[in-house]
Formats: sequence, structure tokens, C-alpha cells
Amino acid sequence: MKETECGSKLKIGAGIIVVMLTVLLSGCGMDMISHGTVNDETDVKDTSENLQTRNRLISIGLSQIGSESDWRMASTDSVQEALSTANGFDLVFDDAQQKQENQLKAVREFIDQGVDYIIIDPVVETGWDSVLSEARDAGIPVIVYDRRINVEDDSLYTCWLGSDFELEGERACAWLYEYLKSRGIDRNINIVDIQGTLGATAQIGRSTALEKAVEANKNWFLLGAESGDFTTAKGKEVMKEMIERFGTNINVVYVENDNMAYGVIDALESKGYTVGEDIRNNEIMVLSFDATENGLKLTMDGKIAADTECNPLYGPRLMETIYALERGEKVEKETFIDEEQFSGIGYIGTIQVRNRAYTVTHLTPEILDKRSY
Amino acid sequence: MSAKENAKKGFNSNTLLLIITIVLFIVLYAGGCIAYGSKGFTHFQTFLNILITNAGLICVACGMTCVMLTGGIDISVGALIAMDCMMLAVGMSKGIHAIPMVLFVLLVGVVFGIVQGFLVGYLEIQPFIVSMAGMFFCRGMTAVICTDQVSITEKISPTFYAWANAKITVPFGGYVNNKGKYLAPYVRPGVIIALIVLVVIFIVLRYTKFGRSLYAVGGSAQSAAMMGLNVKMIKMKAYILSSFLCSIGGICYCLNTMAGSVTQALGLEMDAISSAVIGGTLLTGGVGNVIGTFFGVLINGTISSIVKTNGKLASSWPNILSAALLFVFIVIQSIFAALRKKNR
Repeated sequence: MKETECGSKLKIGAGIIVVMLTVLLSGCGMDMISHGTVNDETDVKDTSENLQTRNRLISIGLSQIGSESDWRMASTDSVQEALSTANGFDLVFDDAQQKQENQLKAVREFIDQGVDYIIIDPVVETGWDSVLSEARDAGIPVIVYDRRINVEDDSLYTCWLGSDFELEGERACAWLYEYLKSRGIDRNINIVDIQGTLGATAQIGRSTALEKAVEANKNWFLLGAESGDFTTAKGKEVMKEMIERFGTNINVVYVENDNMAYGVIDALESKGYTVGEDIRNNEIMVLSFDATENGLKLTMDGKIAADTECNPLYGPRLMETIYALERGEKVEKETFIDEEQFSGIGYIGTIQVRNRAYTVTHLTPEILDKRSY
Repeated sequence: MSAKENAKKGFNSNTLLLIITIVLFIVLYAGGCIAYGSKGFTHFQTFLNILITNAGLICVACGMTCVMLTGGIDISVGALIAMDCMMLAVGMSKGIHAIPMVLFVLLVGVVFGIVQGFLVGYLEIQPFIVSMAGMFFCRGMTAVICTDQVSITEKISPTFYAWANAKITVPFGGYVNNKGKYLAPYVRPGVIIALIVLVVIFIVLRYTKFGRSLYAVGGSAQSAAMMGLNVKMIKMKAYILSSFLCSIGGICYCLNTMAGSVTQALGLEMDAISSAVIGGTLLTGGVGNVIGTFFGVLINGTISSIVKTNGKLASSWPNILSAALLFVFIVIQSIFAALRKKNR
């Protein structure tokens, strides 16, 4: 029986420890939470002068994909900066960590919180019907940006903002066309396409544009196309295979994003090729997309001949859209975001795509410095 | 120490762990209501949302609890869910009706459980190794079936679509939101399935011979064998039950996401284990209760709801808080384990 007594003492001790830990833990939790609330209030007070036009903040629930790449982080920063308290917004931000179920959950919470607008950058295109109809029942408009959603009933979301990937591809091809014209090159041009992840919207748009351009120009030939999955390592591997298959026949490498372009350039240089625009002197020209900081550095060095931007800075456009909706204006169902094109070669100023002139920015160190990503 | 008193001790630590879990849930939820009452945290729907999101996890965690009661573990569940969802999505997009597909998925769950259970129970291979192999197999098979994201739309299966979009409204607790719309609280069919599973497993564990034998095997396989229980068979049955419940969970999960993809339910097995542990289930077996597990799921769900409602905290916070909770519960459990040893 002595043992039992000892046991019960131990048990009481254990009980006390448990209670203390629980209190400590919940205390920590509460501390953190109330801290957050206090911060919010001071933020509101600090910026109250800026809110003369509005008597209350527009509350927004935003769920985006995650923080997997530089591009995504630039996008997130831009959105958070634009939808700030200073601009009259109360942003509830959710990082879905690449999981659709997190996003579905977040949207339900937003509805429950009674936010004024829900903004989503969807992880996947489908599976949105039920949660968006819940948003509609609650009378909350939904804005989709970047990736698209695919729902049976289009009226479930108010509008979509994003990139026109085919236009990006057309601009890259138009640049190549202008370049060849200005240099008076009319010999055969052999192109290889290092594609993005097959099936991704960006890959489909960019590859389609190239295929159409090859059809339209009689002296352009597409030697081969293979996916490098948008990654540097895979891009390098695929380029090595291409070199083995086609060797010096290659004139132009059309790479569907900057990350793969690093790998492609690496592969070419390690096999003793010179990367550059001068295809008459057996240099191999690289065209790329995204215009990330590292991509543009390579563009400055002339290793990427032209880099077409895929703009991650959605913040200002989202802000404008919401202001327009607040004013009761009708917004376009689909809006393409403005994008630029960069080249280290200065003498091609404009290109013609879809009967419209687009400027090609001559990249200088100053421009590179000013860019936020 | 008589066997009776031993049983009483087990019951006591069981109840105490359960009480701690429930109190913690109430404290957390009340904290959320106080801090975020203005952001709608007090709405009944907030609570129901936790259930809607975690319907699949509740089923899986119930199965996990049964396995953990025998002193085992089943880490194949997340991957099995991914495979279930993929089979549902691909099967239905090939034109098979929803009902036979659902039955097929349940059958696959049972067969998968028989294989795992046989390896663990009769061949006495470490459950961790067996279910790890199961995990790799299921993830791999998911990719073999299809590497793309396959979604279930209304065109593909009107029946399944109707199930997923069915709204079961609760007659009380509604509110009028700031847009002037009356929102009645509702749940999705997955929640009903999960709650039925919970009640059934609770009854099985508490009142059936099989349920009590799970505790006996986990408490001490040797004495269970000496009492004349077929330990091997009981272990095997536990794994069959786990995989079967996991398949039910997979269907609930699929009703929520309406898609199949290789990356679905990554790490869900860990969520299930942590819910069971927070709910008072001992990893060493013999102690635990599905009601505790249910509250474990609710606690994890509440933490993530609080962080989401705050909207300014990084999304890594739920993981950190869950880690802290797990740590606390492991400490408590080891104290109980030490007590039990001493009393024996």
C-alpha cells in the first residue's frame, strides 16, 4: 500500500505540472493573439489621416498558393503592400502552402468573418463550385488572380486578373523576327523549345505561340521540344540531350522560364558553345521568360537575348479593381495584366504583335536596380 | 496489485487525459471567441467549418486510434487517401457511376488493411515498416493511375457532385451578415459520415468484446495471449479497421476537394497521429479513446482557425503550436507511463 501512496503523490505532482503547462501554453497563445490585435489598432490609428475619404476599412480575405519561388514571393509582397491599411484595406492573408484543402478552409473562414471581398490565387483550377456558391449565398464578391479557376457557373466569381501567356510567347517571337530582319539574316533558323511543366497554362501559351510563329515564318524550323519542368536542373539535363541530338545545328533556344534558362546556358557553355545574339558567328541565342532579377542580370550580360516579363505585381491592379467595385462600376470579366519585355540589345525599340506596337525596354543597370523583384 | 485495480488505474489516466484535452479545447475556443468575436469567431458556423474541413481526418484519426491502442501505428493513411481520391476521380471520369466507385474504394481499403494487418499481426513485422511500405506503395500507385490533377465536375459524375454540394442546414444558430444576408449554419455530408464513424467506433471500443480486446492487446500482448485472446487476429483486425475507416475518410476528403492528385493529403497521417496523441492515446498502446481523438482534431482545427482569422500571423504558426501541444502531451503521457510501471 505504501507504493500506492507514493503513486498518488506522484500523480498529484503530475497533475500540477499538467495544469501549469496548460496555463503557460494557453497564456502564450493568448499573448501572441492579443499582441496582434493591439498592433492592428495602432496601425489603424497611425494611418487614420489617410482615410479621410473612407469611414471604414474594406476587409479582404486573400488566399494565395504559397511561397515556393521568387516570383511568388514578389507577387505576395506586392499584394500585401497594395492592400495595406494605409490604402484603406483590412487584409486577412492566408498562405495555402500548396494545399487546396487549406484554401477551401480559408475561404470558408472568410465567409464566416463577413469580409467585403474574397481574393484567391488558386492552387488548382477545379473543385471550387461548392465553396464559391457559399460565398455567393453570403453576398461576397470573389476575385481570382494569376491562375484560373474552372467552375460550371461563371458567375460564381466576379472577375479574373492574370497574364496572357500566349501574348508573351508572341512577343518573344516577334522580337526574334524583328532582330533577324534588322540584321538582314534570311538563312534558315533552327529553334529548340525547352518547355515548362506540360499542361501548365504558361507552357501551353508560350509553346503555342512558338509553334504558330514557326508556321508563319518559312525559314524557321522547330528541331525539337521537350519539357524542363520549369526547373534549372531539369532544364540543364534536357538541353544536354538537345545538344547531343542537334549539336551545332541549333541557332535559337526558346526557354519557357528564367530558371530553366540558367540551366540551358550552363549546359551550352560547358559543352563549349558561346551563348549570345550573334547567330551568324555560331553563337547560340537564348530567349527566356519571367524577367526575374537573375534572369535580367543574364540579359544585361547578353546571355539572354530577350527576356519577356511575367508580371507578379498584382497588388496595384487588385487595388484598382476593388476600388472600381466599391464605386459600383462594372469590371471586365477577364483582365490581362501589363507586362514588359527586356533586352540588352538596344536597337530594337518596338515590336508588332496583334496589330499593336509593344516597346522593348533596353535594359540598363538603373532599370535593374529599380525593379522590386 | 490486483488486475481490477490495474484496470481502475488505466481508466483513471484515460479519463484524466481526456478531461485535459476537452478543457484545453474549451480554453482555446473561448480564447478565440474573446480575441476574434468581432471577426465572426463566435458564429456557430466557425465551429462547423472546423468539422467540414476535418471530416476526413476525423475518420482517419478514429482508425489510427484503434491501431495505436494495440501499440501499433499506421502511417500509410495519407497516401491511401490520395490513392482513394485518385481512384474515385479517374474511375468516375471513365464513366463509372459514383456508387460502385465508392464501394470499390471501400473494398480496396479492406484488402489493403488485410495485407498490412497480416504482415504486422502474423509475420510480426514492425508496424512502422509495414505501413511505411504501404505509404510508398499508395503514393506510387496514385502516380501510376494518373500523374495529373483529375477533378470531379458535374459533367463527370452528377451523383457525386450532388453529394458534395448537398447542404445540411442546422435550424439554429444562424445570423445576418454585414451584407444583410441571413446565413443559416450548415454542414456537408462528410461531417455526418464522420460523426457516425465516431459514434460507432466509440461504441465498438467501449461495449464490444473486440473493442476491449484492442485495449488488452495494447496493455500487454503477453497477458492478453494468456487470457486466451487471439492477439495476431486482433492486431490484423485493427489494421483492417484502420484502412477501412481511412477509405471512408478518403471519400469524405474527396467530397471536400473534388479532385484526385498525387500531392493530396501529404502529411495527413501525422495530423491523425498528433490528434490521437493530443486526445490522450498512448503511443505504447492500451490507453486512449476516440472522443479524445475527436477533441484532438478539434484542437488542431481551432489553432489553425485562430491563426487564419488573425490573418497576420505566418501560416507556420499552427504547426508550431501543435508541436508545443504535442510536447506537453508526450510529457504528461510519459508521467502516466511511469506511474503505471510503478504501480505494477
